[in-house]
Amino acid sequence: MKRTGLLFFIIISVGIIFIIRLFYLQVVNNTYNKPTINNSAVKIMYDYPERGYVYDRNGVLLVSNQLSYDIMVIPREVQPLDTIEFCSLLNINKEDFIKKFEKAKHYSTRIPSTFLAQLSKNDYAYLQEKMHKFKGFYIQKRLLRKYPINSAPNVLGYISEVNEDLIKKNPIYQLGELIGTAGVEKTYEDILRGTKGVKYIQRDRFNKEIGTYKNGIYDTLPIPGKDLTLTIDSKLQQYGESLMINKRGGIVAIEPSTGEILAMISTPTYNPNLMVGRERSKNFTNLYLDTIHRPLLDRGLQGEYPPGSPFKVITALAALQENVINTTTTIKCFGGYRYGSGKGAFMECHCGTHGNPVELNKAIYRSCNSYFSNAYRKSIEKYQTAVEGMDVWSNHVKSFGLGNYLNNDLSVGKKGLVPDAKFYNKWYPDSRWTATYSISNAIGQGEILTTPMQLANMTATVANRGFYYTPHIVKDIFGKQLDEKYTTPKYTSIDERHFEPVIEGLFDVFENPHGTAHWSKVKGIEICGKTGTSENPHGQDHSIFIAFAPKDNPKIAIAVFVENGYWGSRWAGPIATLMIEKYLNGETLRPWEEQRMLNGSLEDEYNKQLIETIKIEN
Amino acid sequence: MRIRKVNIFHGIDWILVLFYIILIFIGWINIYSATITEEQIGLVNFSTEYGKQLIWIGFSFPIILLILMFEAKFYEKFASIIYLISLVSLVGLFILGKNINGATSWYDLGGLSIQPSEFAKAAASLAIAKLVSEKQFNLKKWNTQIQAFLILVFPAILITLQPDPGSALVYSAFIFVLYREGLPVYYVTIGFLAIFLFIITLYFGYLYVLIGSLLLFLVILLLFNFYRKKALKKGWLKILGIYLISVIFIISVDVVFNKVFEQRHRDRFDILLGKTTDIKSIGYNTNQSVTTIASGGLSGKGFLDGERTQGNFVPEQQTDYIFTTVGEEWGFIGSTLVVLIFISFILRIIYIAERQKSKFSRVYGYSIAAIFFTHFTINIGMVLGLLPTIGIPLPFFSYGGSALWGFTVLLFIFIRLDANRSYEW
Repeated sequence: MKRTGLLFFIIISVGIIFIIRLFYLQVVNNTYNKPTINNSAVKIMYDYPERGYVYDRNGVLLVSNQLSYDIMVIPREVQPLDTIEFCSLLNINKEDFIKKFEKAKHYSTRIPSTFLAQLSKNDYAYLQEKMHKFKGFYIQKRLLRKYPINSAPNVLGYISEVNEDLIKKNPIYQLGELIGTAGVEKTYEDILRGTKGVKYIQRDRFNKEIGTYKNGIYDTLPIPGKDLTLTIDSKLQQYGESLMINKRGGIVAIEPSTGEILAMISTPTYNPNLMVGRERSKNFTNLYLDTIHRPLLDRGLQGEYPPGSPFKVITALAALQENVINTTTTIKCFGGYRYGSGKGAFMECHCGTHGNPVELNKAIYRSCNSYFSNAYRKSIEKYQTAVEGMDVWSNHVKSFGLGNYLNNDLSVGKKGLVPDAKFYNKWYPDSRWTATYSISNAIGQGEILTTPMQLANMTATVANRGFYYTPHIVKDIFGKQLDEKYTTPKYTSIDERHFEPVIEGLFDVFENPHGTAHWSKVKGIEICGKTGTSENPHGQDHSIFIAFAPKDNPKIAIAVFVENGYWGSRWAGPIATLMIEKYLNGETLRPWEEQRMLNGSLEDEYNKQLIETIKIEN
Repeated sequence: MRIRKVNIFHGIDWILVLFYIILIFIGWINIYSATITEEQIGLVNFSTEYGKQLIWIGFSFPIILLILMFEAKFYEKFASIIYLISLVSLVGLFILGKNINGATSWYDLGGLSIQPSEFAKAAASLAIAKLVSEKQFNLKKWNTQIQAFLILVFPAILITLQPDPGSALVYSAFIFVLYREGLPVYYVTIGFLAIFLFIITLYFGYLYVLIGSLLLFLVILLLFNFYRKKALKKGWLKILGIYLISVIFIISVDVVFNKVFEQRHRDRFDILLGKTTDIKSIGYNTNQSVTTIASGGLSGKGFLDGERTQGNFVPEQQTDYIFTTVGEEWGFIGSTLVVLIFISFILRIIYIAERQKSKFSRVYGYSIAAIFFTHFTINIGMVLGLLPTIGIPLPFFSYGGSALWGFTVLLFIFIRLDANRSYEW
């Protein structure tokens, strides 16, 4: 009968499929013979390598290691113990004990977890004698970070215990291990970490260790992490941090000829050593929850502000490139710029030239709003449609590295904003907009947003007369070539010849008696710079300054940003010039100015804002 | 009840008995390896699972003797009553049952847990055998089809409600039996088509499958139009009907999968179809089981030397995942041997069933072959990562008294029936 064949046929097929599958799993694809973590017959012992050190550009040690001791637990092996004694030894209470133990058990009953992390040397000495009483617990040595200099936490970052999500994604980490979670610790984790050594130990069924697993053929030695040399100048960094005490903001200094970041300051700052030791999680929570000072926010990289007047440099360069102005073009300024017939279509100007002809040089050192508004409008109206003109202009601006991530080796960053035609088409559909709609862009207000890092890079680009190297934080990785993207120059869309007149103007900001930063002039150093005052809705204007020096063959380009610092030459200007002096000469000729900056405080201003915010919220 | 006075072992098929003993023995060896602990405890001991299993094995011998003592005729005569008793015992669970691991599948008899669904399979097999062996039984007729269907659906529904959908799925095995006894071929075709559509709908999403089936439908219509115009005229309604039912099925698969299934069920399918690869949580069982088997290599690590078995890394290893122990400790050679033993065992049952003169015995034999085969396929398929996670035991291997006794009863009733084949009925 034909019908009897079906079940027979299916049974034989299933048998064949199963045998093929078994053959594939066990013979063909047998890659599972290496001992695994999930294996209780083989105990895995890790030998942690020393994490790489971090030095500054002059070889000053910034990050090293210190020994610490973790209490580890293998829940399955724990036997009834004197909990009270144990808790008092570790200085924890019983609830903590239960919570930590449950957490370890939840993770795995047979894989060791960290029970209590980062004991001090004293605790260790005390505990070591008693540990044998507590089966299933043992002490593991581990290296912790140590910061000899209390500086630059935003640059250095910190390490913390890996979380479970990360373990899932990257199985080389295990619960309780440490990983760089911010700053260079994060971006250069792979280099600093090294490779942990593994020892496989065979156990018998009764959990006794009976020697190395397969004569140690799978065992590996730890490979220490590599050292990093940063581009940071720690003296300059510390100096900048002290100048910014009681002021909020960011400073970024770059060496234009290489793109190396000399200093990257964000205030309020904190002591990096807070992120180490048993108090770490408490300290971290405090810093994290401080929403008033926000010390974990890197204002140099994450603060997006309207750049204000320093942006006029770009406006000028774009207009020169588009050939809508030249160095002799003049306009007359009567205290402002009328960009339409309406009543409010008037931009005030404080250049104080009272109708005398203003040419490019004067426009820069007097920071004349009318001049740059005129130049901006001409640049865009040169083209038949505003859309076309806007895109040409936008591309000029973007070629300075503005409006996008710099794509470098810093763990955080912001894009900023450089609008293009698409942006305005969205705001004003049907392309019914003209240059005057966005006239504030000319003077760095309007829609433009930049971070201090981008502003510093822009300054370095001007200092280089038209190109920049992607700003980066690592100077040297022991035995490894720096990424090519940090050693190839990126050129702007502006011809080199247009930079010289603009730089003359920036030079006159200091040199000309009417220059906006004449009072910050430093004897013996040819500084070029530009003040900026950026309006913001929360309180006093931000104080901004960009500068580079010396004028020829520049060694440093800097951007300083002081939140609510009233105007550019009040705080940012003196800080920028003091930094330049410090970097080039090692000391300042203006101790009075230095004192004024060191002692000056904007805390009253911030408190006022805070009170207003609270009032509004109530 | 009539109890025979002649030698109760007369005429029994010793080859099947030998298979039974071999399977029980290998099974227990692996349970021992999977559940042995560090303390040294005697073999027969209620505190260890291998000890308990040994006791269950011991108790199965009186059960076997009891089964063999009854006359073959008894099973045919009382088939309906046995079936009804099994239904009652399944219904009774809702009142008196004990909840273990979220399913109310157990009676608690003072420390001994009995799972009636393991015995219901034998009862259903008897009932089907009885129904089919009746005179004038014809599976081509609607009403007999419905009768057979109802016999199987009652226990299946009751078991699903426990809820233990895995065990209920076993009743689908009877389609082989009914097909063998004359069920029209399109039932089997529809069954396979449904499984096929179910899988491709999950894999590609219902939209693509609907588009694909529409195209296929149009192509078929065109082909008919060119080559078999007459057949098309006659059969176009049929083709359209099949197509529309397929469409409804595809859509309902999507609805059932996304609305009726719980996330854990969906996860199981997604893992199998390679849509998710999370090895830590939802795919943990399958990953552990496949890895453990693979680690056995060609010849295995040896008895009690499987690191992963001894490390208890496969969840439920002594029950549903017992085959992983075979895979790790006995390797490809041992696993293949076990697969071959099972296949031979099932084929032997079919062979014996086919030689029965009595239709009742034949149908019963066919039923238990199909049941053993379904258990074997679903269990090993799951352990090898070929089928979704469906928890049903591997016959004679998996730890558990009810399962062992249930399968023993299933098999030895057949051996009893077969022993009687030379007698007049």
